[in-house]
Amino acid sequence: MIKFDKVVKRYGNHVVLDSLDFTVGRGEKVTLIGPSGSGKTTILRLLMTLETISDGVIWVEGDPLTHEKRNGKLVPAREKHLRTVRKKIGMVFQQFNLFPNMSVMENITEAPIHVLGKTADEARARARDLLDVVGLADKADAHPSQLSGGQQQRVAIARCCAMDPQVMLLDEVTSALDPELVDDVLEVLRNIAKTTDITMLIVTHEMRFAKDVSDRVLMFDAGKIVEEGPPDQIFTDPRNERTKAFLKAVL
Amino acid sequence: MIGGDWSWERAYEAIPLLWDGFKITLLATLLGFLIAAALGLVIAIIRETAPRLIATPVRAASEFVRLTPLVVQLLFAYSLLPQFSALQIGVTVLGIHYSSYMAEVYRGGIEAVPKGQWEAARALSLPPHRTWRAVILPQVIRSSLPALGNNAVSMFKDTPFLFTITVVELVSAAQQFGAAKFQYLEAITLAGLFFLLASYPTSVFIRRLEKRLAY
Repeated sequence: MIKFDKVVKRYGNHVVLDSLDFTVGRGEKVTLIGPSGSGKTTILRLLMTLETISDGVIWVEGDPLTHEKRNGKLVPAREKHLRTVRKKIGMVFQQFNLFPNMSVMENITEAPIHVLGKTADEARARARDLLDVVGLADKADAHPSQLSGGQQQRVAIARCCAMDPQVMLLDEVTSALDPELVDDVLEVLRNIAKTTDITMLIVTHEMRFAKDVSDRVLMFDAGKIVEEGPPDQIFTDPRNERTKAFLKAVL
Repeated sequence: MIGGDWSWERAYEAIPLLWDGFKITLLATLLGFLIAAALGLVIAIIRETAPRLIATPVRAASEFVRLTPLVVQLLFAYSLLPQFSALQIGVTVLGIHYSSYMAEVYRGGIEAVPKGQWEAARALSLPPHRTWRAVILPQVIRSSLPALGNNAVSMFKDTPFLFTITVVELVSAAQQFGAAKFQYLEAITLAGLFFLLASYPTSVFIRRLEKRLAY
């Protein structure tokens, strides 16, 4: 489904990702863990094409994400190509990033109407279903500023799901929340993870959540994967020294 | 005695003439503001999004307009384009002059929109025109509103400059009346009052609008 092929990301002389290779299967839930600055978020941002790739290729369902084939060669993609492949991918941000000028309903229906070409009625019906799923059916007409952080994040999750992405990127979605609001958000995500075959890439510091939902955990350090395995093994029997030290610090 | 002798009779007599001038002042402000608000937005968006080859000349032109006096621009356009009426020239020049200020206001507003808004729009694959129209501009206009309102009031108070190209607006109407009567006091006082009567409700209206648009 997703394949990173010798992906490099540099900012000037600073190498964030160093010739990274990994694949994620369809429907797989993969959690990226590791100290901050280890490149986890950069991976999500590259997939969402919020960053440009310095070298290498990312493949999504056999299509190059950041490149297009021209005359049998891979060349950097143009915006039009990016917009097509981006539709397969959705992202939920640490800071929610809801549109403050729109109601909850408008936040969720904006892209389905104007990108997927749904009618307003279709989009609204779907939005109501999703608001039900995230437990905010009564907030359709509220504005983001009237909601708590946890509620805003659940709206952001609904907004992401409304685009029916094949891949969902979760970038530290509970890091900006007050502790007592974290559980509601994680519960919603657990639900989505268990009931859909959506592919998930998760960057989180919530190790319990990571253990619950992921099929596989990748441990990052300094732009490289230093260890990977099923959550049970990584969390109970880490083999790499860096992983041991990291887990000791966060658990 | 030529001096401070206030005559109610003269004041009363001045009103019809001043009213005509006031209508011109309002018209010039309204149309000028529409031009400035729209053109300023176009300039701001070009400066923020267009390639440098286009953005730089637009910026230079806008800076040039902003850094030269309105009166000079009025007189220049008036002598350059005799085929247009003084009022047409006045309104257009006023609008263009203020568009350069408006552009700065909008630019500040555009840059104040958090990066996360752009990223969210991008993550949802919103095309650029939709991102601007539905996400960015509503937030820009909201945050620019106080400064746009201030510009509208400054512009209103700059309309007397139109007198230099023979437009008979409020102040020049007052002056004409004063010259005819050898007594300026009543007409000029009333002109000031007219200005206040229009500026004050405008600033109250803007404040209300700001509250209504808050989210």
